[in-house]
Amino acid sequence: MDILRFATAGSVDDGKSTLIGRLLYDSKSIFEDQLEAVERTSRDRGEETTNLALLTDGLRAEREQGITIDVAYRYFATPRRKFIIADTPGHIQYTRNMVTGASTADLAIVLVDARNGLTEQSRRHAFLTTLLRVPHLVLAVNKMDLVGYDQAVFEQICDEFSKFATKLEIQDLTFVPISALLGDNVVERSVNMPWYDGPSLLHHLEHVHIASDRNLIDVRFPVQYVIRPHASADPELHDYRGYAGQVAGGILKPGDEVLHLPSGFSTKIKKIDMAGAEVTEAYSPMSVTLLLDDDVDISRGDMICRPNNRPAAAQDIEGMVVWMSAERPLAARSRLVVKHTTRTVKGIVTDLHYRIDVNTLHRDETATSLGLNEVGRVRMRLTQPVFADPYSRNRLTGGMILIDEATNTTVGTVMITDAH
Amino acid sequence: MPTDYLLSQLDVLEAESIHIIREVAAEFERPALLFSGGKDSIVMLALAEKAFRPANIPFPVMHVDTGHNFPEVLEFRDRRVDELGVRLVVASVQESIDSGRAVEESGRWASRNRLQTVTLLDAIEDNRFDALFGGARRDEEKARAKERVFSFRDEFGQWDPKNQRPELWNLYNTRIRRGEHIRVFPLSNWTELDIWSYIEREGLEIPSIYYAHEREVFERDGILLAVNEYLSRGDDEQPFTATVRYRTVGDMTITGAVMSTAATVAEVIDEVAATRITERGQTRADDRTSEAAMEDRKREGYF
Repeated sequence: MDILRFATAGSVDDGKSTLIGRLLYDSKSIFEDQLEAVERTSRDRGEETTNLALLTDGLRAEREQGITIDVAYRYFATPRRKFIIADTPGHIQYTRNMVTGASTADLAIVLVDARNGLTEQSRRHAFLTTLLRVPHLVLAVNKMDLVGYDQAVFEQICDEFSKFATKLEIQDLTFVPISALLGDNVVERSVNMPWYDGPSLLHHLEHVHIASDRNLIDVRFPVQYVIRPHASADPELHDYRGYAGQVAGGILKPGDEVLHLPSGFSTKIKKIDMAGAEVTEAYSPMSVTLLLDDDVDISRGDMICRPNNRPAAAQDIEGMVVWMSAERPLAARSRLVVKHTTRTVKGIVTDLHYRIDVNTLHRDETATSLGLNEVGRVRMRLTQPVFADPYSRNRLTGGMILIDEATNTTVGTVMITDAH
Repeated sequence: MPTDYLLSQLDVLEAESIHIIREVAAEFERPALLFSGGKDSIVMLALAEKAFRPANIPFPVMHVDTGHNFPEVLEFRDRRVDELGVRLVVASVQESIDSGRAVEESGRWASRNRLQTVTLLDAIEDNRFDALFGGARRDEEKARAKERVFSFRDEFGQWDPKNQRPELWNLYNTRIRRGEHIRVFPLSNWTELDIWSYIEREGLEIPSIYYAHEREVFERDGILLAVNEYLSRGDDEQPFTATVRYRTVGDMTITGAVMSTAATVAEVIDEVAATRITERGQTRADDRTSEAAMEDRKREGYF
């Protein structure tokens, strides 16, 4: 059994919570006491039906305002897969939280209300999903029961979205007509829509092929921690020097020639340990410890790759930024702390090329700053190199977070388009 | 050799947790791992052991001792700490009460659960800990479902759920000022069933009270509490002997047992897979106070 992480985007009005509630309920992942608590609260508030949104909106403020503010993580499993749902807020005010949820997702479900068709919000969700390069996108056209299960309504929305999608880099797009409330095409194929010959939503989630979404070609091993048990009572271990980290790309095997950055020194992998036991190969997302043939001076923040396939040792970064701070804007000359893989450096924004309207995708080249939840393209100069790939090539070596040096809060994120 | 390089869900979770644990060891000066002797902290400690093998775990283990522990659990704690050669810090709620830092609750549902926060925050300050690993899981409770893996706490130990740091990919912001700290939850994405499956796969030892045994219990508000010296019973709370096991392990005064004959890990897994009630709902009196009981406690600095 493997894991599929998926993000759901949409507002309560689109039926997002109902959909999640149904997936959890039908897979027996909602417990009786949880359901009772929700039923009780719904009744106390005078609501006519059980409000499944109360299952996922866990914070006091969310319950009071009836909106999702922050990402909630939910878990369910079928015999085929374990699922981690990042239930993300739909409102533009919480874009940064949606981006957080989408960053680790294998798949995103964007919900559309069949009665309303595509809205500004659904376009924004699709855009952010592709900005974060979630490999698989599902456009779930919900509330089909309220449009008489009409094929024409569904196809019109699909056509409209397909046209919009040509402006985005979507790798895999699937359309499913559903009724989350009544269960049509959620778990079982619906008898009400015989014209639809695709899979149910759950069937798609269970079968979508995600193994090749990872980069298994470019070896990237950011060194996270050096293990040196020199004080050990076992004399055999006095010379042990293991480089621990999580594989970010490619496949590593004992005997492979590898190259260390920043030194450029080549050596071979002697042995790979995973969780204390020896393994014959390592690939993403395994956390392993590499032992090398030669004694090289390697420390946290360094990168191990292959001699003929290395990331850029880059101090000049071009990328798309999502700004996440309400306290200060991003503008040219903003100074920030930058965390990339296991390396933390300082950087300065040298240029803001444009701000992109997340609803219309219009580029405003006259923009001089980015505010909270705004997206734009920037150039940055770093004090020291990071070992980076384009984000489109590798989500782990192509992403950075930006930290405010004064407040220590995370104020932005960069998806690298070009590094040199 | 696998052709598609797929990892099982336990392998993925293990890799993620080890990455988190190593990140803390690399970026903080004085981390510590909260260990209660419960199944989640046992798994967390096993992962910490794996993360640094063959070296020792490079941080101490801390137990917040309410003074109302199951003796089996204390015995287990001491043995495990010895095996690993790690330093154990015990933060005692009794000492907080004796020194007047915390005031014992009274009434039928009096417990030391909430008092733990005082003891915990004092211990963090005394030991100048800057990061604390906790074994909480997001599937446990709806406020926890919203919490980041690296969860910032201000100088008062408070969680501000509306102002959490965005957390993207596997990049964690570990920066804090003096007096602040981070709570780190390496098991965030594990479910109760994952924990049990991992205990089975790894052959981890857990305290005997997790398996079916005979015990003298009494019922209070639908929760089966062990007859013990810290709890006084009302006239209507007659003790009886039952075959039970514990689904969670915490303070004896608030942790309920469940009727069960599951005597092995495999039998427990079957039971967990079939259960229709959450573990906290079935066994924790402390979460029954209100809809937002956990959020309120967390805001005050609870685990």
